[in-house]
Amino acid sequence: MTHRPAAPSPPAASDSAVEVRDLVVRRGKRDVLHGISLTVPRGSITGLLGPSGCGKTTLMRCVVGTQLVRSGWVRVLGLDAGSRELRRRIGYVTQAPSIYPDISVHDNVAYFGALSGCSRDDVAEAIEAVGLREHARQRGDELSGGQRTRASLACALVAGPDLLVLDEPTVGLDPVLRVELWKRFRELAAAGATLLVSSHVMDEAEYCDRLLLMREGRLLAQLSPDELRARTGEDNLERAFLTLITTGPRS
Amino acid sequence: MTTWPARTRPTVTLRPYAATTARILRQLRNDHRTVGMILVVPAVLMSLLYFIYAEAPADPRGPALFDRVGISMLGILPFLVMFLVTAIAMQRERSSGTLERLLTTPLSKLDLIGGYGTAFSVAAAGQAVVACLVSFGLLDLQAAGNPGWVVLIAVVDAICGVALGLLASAFARTEFQAVQFMPLVVGPQIFLCGLLVPRDQLPRWLEIISNVLPLSYAVDALEQVSTHAEPTGRMARDLLIVAAFAIVALVLGAATLRRRSA
Repeated sequence: MTHRPAAPSPPAASDSAVEVRDLVVRRGKRDVLHGISLTVPRGSITGLLGPSGCGKTTLMRCVVGTQLVRSGWVRVLGLDAGSRELRRRIGYVTQAPSIYPDISVHDNVAYFGALSGCSRDDVAEAIEAVGLREHARQRGDELSGGQRTRASLACALVAGPDLLVLDEPTVGLDPVLRVELWKRFRELAAAGATLLVSSHVMDEAEYCDRLLLMREGRLLAQLSPDELRARTGEDNLERAFLTLITTGPRS
Repeated sequence: MTTWPARTRPTVTLRPYAATTARILRQLRNDHRTVGMILVVPAVLMSLLYFIYAEAPADPRGPALFDRVGISMLGILPFLVMFLVTAIAMQRERSSGTLERLLTTPLSKLDLIGGYGTAFSVAAAGQAVVACLVSFGLLDLQAAGNPGWVVLIAVVDAICGVALGLLASAFARTEFQAVQFMPLVVGPQIFLCGLLVPRDQLPRWLEIISNVLPLSYAVDALEQVSTHAEPTGRMARDLLIVAAFAIVALVLGAATLRRRSA
């Protein structure tokens, strides 16, 4: 069994933000991703959807370059995933909010900003963007769960990344905040950023330009919400996903 | 956020390292109790030691017991405390997800390890200074040499504790395990450093082991200050060896950080 970074990929002329080919990830004795291929178009919101444990986080870790892969390759913004140059251009928000609990929101965002050479204005802007200006002086452990999630997001936004990889960013947020955050994602995409956002709630699919539907380590389909409806004849995306599972993926 | 796509920025040089050091110091500063304990506990233990030996009969052949044991303790206590504090702090970084996140940023591994090393070394220096001030000022600890050397040795030794703590945290999956590394890594060093039995009186195989443990050299350097009015070449050599241990442990600690994991 060999664990290694993805093999160097062939130079691709595509303008996708993310391109994945035949990606296999093995953890312990079992494969968690079974040869996934997909593309994520630039300047759009792509939703990565599927039930808990289907491999969404593993796939995202492959994109940001923290996952050992068994075979296949991942290209991000035209470079091999995990390249040094990409570290300036990718923002990654892990599922559990990863901020320092013992310093303030401002200090957290300023720290991650400093790593990418950001200015003080960038920091204020990122905090403002997630609606935490009022809470900027509060320590990480004084925040509610939703505020922590947003602080974690601000730590990724501060560097103005070209690609944002967000692992279940809206889990546990109240509905109003959820809508606001999706509005913010839309603004980022409109300004040219690419967003890859995972969720296990199908109703969030509505906010995405494209959907990657996953189940048990395989990609079932990549399509737009409208295409999903058309293909399954279901108006409700949750039911459409279920129909897709029962009828099986079509090539 | 009107400036997408990514702004062009000046080349980042020392800023990630400096920002990491500042961030860790800020975390430390916000934890008043930990700062208090880092600064005060070794000094309190030195005071305890003073009273333990206060009425013990003096050994006419050599230095008073408190002077001999006390000066060794000025090397041992900062080493022990800083090892523990650092191992747990780094373990927290690993388990909280912030490490994984940091490894996706432009921060280099040496910047991170260097930041930890620097921040905790500042704390270690504060601790060593307080412990030495109390020992020499209030408790009348006697040494032939200049107490300034004692402070320097204690600081370098504490930095070595920081470095080993960073390295040990790589082998701990939880904070519980990180704590267990203290008796495992520090225990034998205390037993073998010459405090309990002079190292040349140890069985040969134990003496060989003690020769490759950094604390042995720190304690030896302190004994040199204790017995010689002027700094000796042996003290300088000991000090360099302890510093070399610290650097090797820091580099190994950086090597244990993997950007990709299973």
